[in-house]
Amino acid sequence: MKISYYPGCTLKTKAKNLETSAIASMEALGVEVEELDRWNCCGAVYSLSDDDLIHQVAPVRNLIRAKEQGADKLVTICSMCYNTLARANLVMKENEEKRDTINSFMDDEIDYFGEVEVVHLLTYLKEQIGWDKIREKVKNPLKDFKLAPYYGCTLQRPNTVGIEPLGSFEIMTELLESLGANVLDFSASDTCCGSYQVIGNQDLSQTASAKILGTACASGIEALATSCPLCEFNLGKQQGELLKQELIPRSVPTFYFTQLLALALGVDDDACKFELNDSSTVEYLKSKNYP
Amino acid sequence: MTVSITPQNTSIDFIDKLYELSGESVNLCMQCGTCTATCPMSEEMDLNPRKVMHLAQFGLLEMLADKNSYWKCLSCHSCTVRCPRGIDIAKVMEALRQLVLRTNKNFIEPSQIPAEIIKEYPQIAMVAGFRKMTS
Repeated sequence: MKISYYPGCTLKTKAKNLETSAIASMEALGVEVEELDRWNCCGAVYSLSDDDLIHQVAPVRNLIRAKEQGADKLVTICSMCYNTLARANLVMKENEEKRDTINSFMDDEIDYFGEVEVVHLLTYLKEQIGWDKIREKVKNPLKDFKLAPYYGCTLQRPNTVGIEPLGSFEIMTELLESLGANVLDFSASDTCCGSYQVIGNQDLSQTASAKILGTACASGIEALATSCPLCEFNLGKQQGELLKQELIPRSVPTFYFTQLLALALGVDDDACKFELNDSSTVEYLKSKNYP
Repeated sequence: MTVSITPQNTSIDFIDKLYELSGESVNLCMQCGTCTATCPMSEEMDLNPRKVMHLAQFGLLEMLADKNSYWKCLSCHSCTVRCPRGIDIAKVMEALRQLVLRTNKNFIEPSQIPAEIIKEYPQIAMVAGFRKMTS
């Protein structure tokens, strides 16, 4: 099997651990990952203004690249890229007037009608690989790990592009269970981490993140799994500061779901790059007797 | 909060402009407050989302102009997916931001952001933050 893959900016810079652990895991599962040729930034957030079509050009251009390369599916891992690409794709599929304007504006590109399906890696794992196959391939079960999935906003909202219905966290729960972990209920799984407010209004994102991590502590959750580099930054890398200000009672190591997958599949340790996460992740793994 | 509603401080054009930018009709709002209950930032806002919608329904542009509510909004869409009237409230908040940003005003100044933040923060934080809070 081979997939066409859109990385996005952050996976090439601050979240290399998300990309390398995902690619190594997919290889271990027998899937070849082919990076989209000549991709560009998706714009990170979907434009919410009805008259603003210029910001749809960047995500649509990526979808055109995928169509040109003969891909019927484009797999993304970053939640924000997924949301932006999937929503722009819906505009091209469903809104004839906007589609015509965007196509005629990009007269150097082939016309695009929403033919490519934007798929998040979690959905791909569930539908194309399956939990049984993943369970078979697990070499180091994550036994005694008490984890919870953290979806954040962009994997689920709005429901036109959500990977599963509002309030349901089945896909990541089933993945973590296939890896041998204990998955606990987490009522803050889709509460926003503070998102882009970390630029310029850091107190806001700290307040939001502290509430989520506080809920995790109160629920007996040891560590979280996420798929968004901004969630990982706000909940993970900012944790030291939250602990210092006594806004949270203990650390809650925050992993990318792909790192936990790679760890359980027993792929080369270099692919996980835990040193790029908050240091509590490495301490947590040591406490579970992982190197 | 007592609000005087007069022909001088209400603007039909403002309601029309909100519709043009967001594609959403604020008049559909029935003031149930579900948006406020689900908003992770409502406690931080000068006016909670329900009150923002209420003022917008009357076209009270000036009363909304100096409020921080739409600058504290995270575009997390919690309100949007739960509104029983089907209003995409995140788009209304975006329209309120755009009304300011399109007058060439920035809410945050990129040049004032410390170098260590630019070095350490993920690209999606920068791109998203600048998209939402600069003109």
